Amino acid sequence: MSATAQAAPAGTAPKGRGGIVQSVTDSLVMAKRNLIRMVRIPEVVIFGLIQPIMFVVLFSYVFGGSIKVPGSGTDAASYREFLMAGIFAQTVTFATAGAGAGIAEDMHKGLIDRFRSLPMARGAVLTGRTLADLVQTALTLVVLAVVAALVGWSAHDGIPKALAGFGLLLLLGYAFTWIGALIGLSVRTPEAATSGGLVWLFPLTFISVAFVPSQNMPGFLQHLAEWNPFSATVVAARELFGNLPPGYPVPDAWPMQHPVWASLIWSAAIIVVFRTLAVRKYRNATA
Amino acid sequence: MPGAIYAEGLVKAFGDVKALDGVDLDVPESTVLGLLGPNGAGKTTAVRVLTTLLRPDAGKAVVAGTDVLKNPTAVRRSIGLSGQFAAVDEYLTGRENLQMVGQLYQMSGRDAKKRAKELLERFNLADAADRTAKTYSGGMRRRLDLAAALVVSPPVMFMDEPTTGLDPRNRQQLWEVIEELVAGGTTVLLTTQYLDEADRLAHDIAVVDHGRVIARGTSDQLKAQTGGERVEVVVHEREEIPTAREILEGHALRGAAGRESCTVEEHTRKLTVPVTGGAKLLAEVIRELDTRGVEIDDIGLRRPTLDDVFISLTGHAAEGEPEQGKDTDNQPDTDTDASPNAAQRKEATK
Repeated sequence: MSATAQAAPAGTAPKGRGGIVQSVTDSLVMAKRNLIRMVRIPEVVIFGLIQPIMFVVLFSYVFGGSIKVPGSGTDAASYREFLMAGIFAQTVTFATAGAGAGIAEDMHKGLIDRFRSLPMARGAVLTGRTLADLVQTALTLVVLAVVAALVGWSAHDGIPKALAGFGLLLLLGYAFTWIGALIGLSVRTPEAATSGGLVWLFPLTFISVAFVPSQNMPGFLQHLAEWNPFSATVVAARELFGNLPPGYPVPDAWPMQHPVWASLIWSAAIIVVFRTLAVRKYRNATA
Repeated sequence: MPGAIYAEGLVKAFGDVKALDGVDLDVPESTVLGLLGPNGAGKTTAVRVLTTLLRPDAGKAVVAGTDVLKNPTAVRRSIGLSGQFAAVDEYLTGRENLQMVGQLYQMSGRDAKKRAKELLERFNLADAADRTAKTYSGGMRRRLDLAAALVVSPPVMFMDEPTTGLDPRNRQQLWEVIEELVAGGTTVLLTTQYLDEADRLAHDIAVVDHGRVIARGTSDQLKAQTGGERVEVVVHEREEIPTAREILEGHALRGAAGRESCTVEEHTRKLTVPVTGGAKLLAEVIRELDTRGVEIDDIGLRRPTLDDVFISLTGHAAEGEPEQGKDTDNQPDTDTDASPNAAQRKEATK
């Protein structure tokens, strides 16, 4: 075969390092690509900020005077304290829609086909996207925390605990982008991914302890709210920020009693389940 | 030894539709196979199977000496894919796109950078290298897409309708690039619904319809199967048909049973007769018609085109529509005139 082999161009791609190292480097290449996109389309990041900021202001001033948090006074300031972790958590979960739309767009434009024909790690396209979304979520949280501080919110139990609280929020957001990735791979258009990524988030985030305490909900909803994975992170963050009023009656449900553990377990479980499903879907993806 | 691309009995069904229904292919190194067929014939499915994007239900495929089903990762290291749509990231610059693809081919950052620079120059994109691909014209995007497929100079290239939607000048440029690649030793599998593209680029053509290869051979072999050249005359008055017929039959090709006869379409006043002798014979026919006072509206020498091959093989035109404009065709060589039409129609249906 020598004669023909010589005629053929020498270029086969170098053998990949394989395994974890290649997964990490490929994921970073993909994350970089998505971060460059975010810088070049700043509208996405900016619009992503407007909604949570509006929520902070609306909830604080419109509902603040009317919602009584058990165990505290009736003043609007105590509701603002209570509310912020809920808004932070809702904001991080909205990254789901961005991840879904981005991946659906890549499918739609044939980029996923290109990536799948390259000798790259299988999960890297999705991991890269979710990592870039994590960076965006972190930036959003920083801006939001500043706005929250301006309307009177603060964390009372020291910086390490506050950072731990933000850590749990980011982990939840990261877990949810894997749900978004699966949605993005499953729908036909980026538009469908956006609405498909948002529509279930409203009931999920409202049937929770994010905006109102669960004590006043009907029995069935109360259980749903207290076992909601989203609630666990909200309560954990509230606890770590020292935003729970001193006399707040903690519900008996296990996740509400051990919110930090519940938050970690829920987020890890979501990542494992949805990453597995999304990567499997990616391998068989047909544009 | 099997060729650089080898497939045997590929079957792939989507629900009830058999996109591939037993496809065999064998492409020798440094040649181009043109996979020709209408939309939905199974061309893209075949490419997707061979490029590891899709697992077939049955069959075997070997690309660059490696089994596609058993070792897809090794296959991916040896192939380049340029798809029907320019698969580049619009918000990345040309340079960033190529560097990214290089790194995903597992090149080092420095090698990827160097290679991106070379390719940008080669594809005439150096000036636009640091602009986002969003600002590129359609032709530039296609060139960038092709450059991305060539980052590692893969020995085997797959191009799925590489010139669909391109203007004539860009098509021409792309053809030249493909010819260079093949001269350099690359094996190319090219799908197209443009017959002139297959005619110009492909060493071998496989005509695909309903998931099967219904004919294969060189362009000349396929044309010879369909028949030789013929003269077509449209006379001005119906009364002139018998005289014209007499003249034409005098020049008809000699077959085993004497001269071939002339076919006549009364309502269009068109006469067609198989001939040999090309333009010289055409001139003679015109002189004779003139001498005998036959007034003609149109006359032409028709060579079979791949369109004819296609129609005779599949019973329909390459794009599943009746062909237009053939009746008035009076150029000595019609091989190149199908494409502008085809390109326009394709654009219109997009």
